[in-house]
Amino acid sequence: MIKVRNLHKSFGKLEVLCGIDTEISKGEVVVIIGASGSGKSTFLRCLNLLEIPQKGQIIMDGVNICEPGVNLNHIRQNVGMVFQHFNLFPHKTALQNISLAPLKVKNIPPQEARNLALSQLEKVGLLEKANAYPRHLSGGQQQRVAIARALAMQPKVMLFDEPTSALDPEMIKEVLNVMKQMARDGMTMVVVSHEMGFAREAADRVIYLEGGIIAEEGPPEQVFFHPQAARTKEFLSQIL
Amino acid sequence: MTLDYSVIVKNWPFLMLGLQETLRISSLAVTMGFCIGSLVALARLSRFNLLKIISSAYIEFIRGTPLLVQLFILYYGLPQLGIDLDRRAAAAIGLSINSGAYVAEIVRAGIQSIDRGQMEAARSLGMSGTMAMIHVIMPQALRRVIPPLVNELIMLIKDSSLLSVIALTELMRAGEHIRTRTYQDFEIFTTIALIYFVITYALSKILGYLERRLQVSD
Ligand SMILES: Nc1ncnc2c1ncn2[C@@H]1O[C@H](COP(=O)(O)OP(=O)(O)OP(=O)(O)O)[C@@H](O)[C@H]1O
Ligand SMILES: [Mg+2]
Repeated sequence: MIKVRNLHKSFGKLEVLCGIDTEISKGEVVVIIGASGSGKSTFLRCLNLLEIPQKGQIIMDGVNICEPGVNLNHIRQNVGMVFQHFNLFPHKTALQNISLAPLKVKNIPPQEARNLALSQLEKVGLLEKANAYPRHLSGGQQQRVAIARALAMQPKVMLFDEPTSALDPEMIKEVLNVMKQMARDGMTMVVVSHEMGFAREAADRVIYLEGGIIAEEGPPEQVFFHPQAARTKEFLSQIL
Repeated sequence: MTLDYSVIVKNWPFLMLGLQETLRISSLAVTMGFCIGSLVALARLSRFNLLKIISSAYIEFIRGTPLLVQLFILYYGLPQLGIDLDRRAAAAIGLSINSGAYVAEIVRAGIQSIDRGQMEAARSLGMSGTMAMIHVIMPQALRRVIPPLVNELIMLIKDSSLLSVIALTELMRAGEHIRTRTYQDFEIFTTIALIYFVITYALSKILGYLERRLQVSD
């Protein structure tokens, strides 16, 4: 469902992505690992065009979304994103955070948007927090609301940029559990994360990014325990 | 010479008429100034160069010239070009345009203080830039700039005393009228100072209280 061809992105002189080629099929869960600064976030942000790549193609359901003139807002509706720091809207309740985009972007009626938001909240186990403001929620709860917010747009793909790295250890699990459930439900997911447990349990494929290219990819067991490239081994020895 | 405040009592209704005018013009100007300021702030932050240039020029020019001079241009200068504004219109327009420049800078700072992640989250949900501004960025930015906006409102009320020079009978000019008849400058202007003070002090307390209520309620 997503084909990435020779993707290049640089910031001024700094070349961050130097030709990424990969394919993500429907329902697949891909985990991306790599050192800080290796371009993991940049790659993810290219997939929903928060960054515009300079060269290459991203073909989503047969449409090259890098063509000039594509409707960015339309494409982003199909690509949900979850951020490291949640980025909930602090002036809105959990429920309003979730229903805002369906209301304003999809123009669905208020009552329907409300029900949609409540059902998403239930999915992430936070129905009783519907009327709480973000600052009255723990980090783990905020991240689950952020996931529900993205899901409410019924995206075809979900992108996660280090969704648990700003969380205290005891909250990581509740977020990972929600993500594992999504994976079981067949959501297509691209996850930047160094959570080995999640990768081994939920991922179909692990991609190791280095020097702006995919240095190694394969099933989690293979990449983690039998890496082919010497630099993958070296990187893994640092994070394991 | 002794002070005789009975002059104030005798002329109290006239002073109150002046105060009414002060409050009417100030509230009009503060509303207009807020609208102008918000739009100019958005123009200044837009990606259209022409808008950026025009809005910065407006802000810099207004903030770099005295309000008194701006009022003279409007009221005494423009008629030469065939544009005759009555004194109330000149007063309202002058104060609004002046206040708008200061409000624009306040609102711009407010918008820029909002974390970039907010815009990114909104855009990632498929909202357009305008939609994100209206529903996500502006509500947060405006809440954050309430204290400097209240400050600006108080400045504006005090600055409205300058409107006396274009013959608008607001509080200050009402005082001048009484003075030419009675020569009791001290009594008159200390009273006027007190009236300005009571108004601005009460406003800052009331708005400060409302702001705290707003912060607690969410
Ligand atoms: N908007 C930007 N402008 C300039 N440079 C940027 C920008 N965004 C990222 N970079 C640079 O691009 C490089 C890759 O950044 P990126 O955030 O993609 O790395 P990452 O793999 O996600 O790292 P981390 O693990 O620290 O999140 C870094 O050197 C970063 O400084
Ligand atoms: Mg990153």
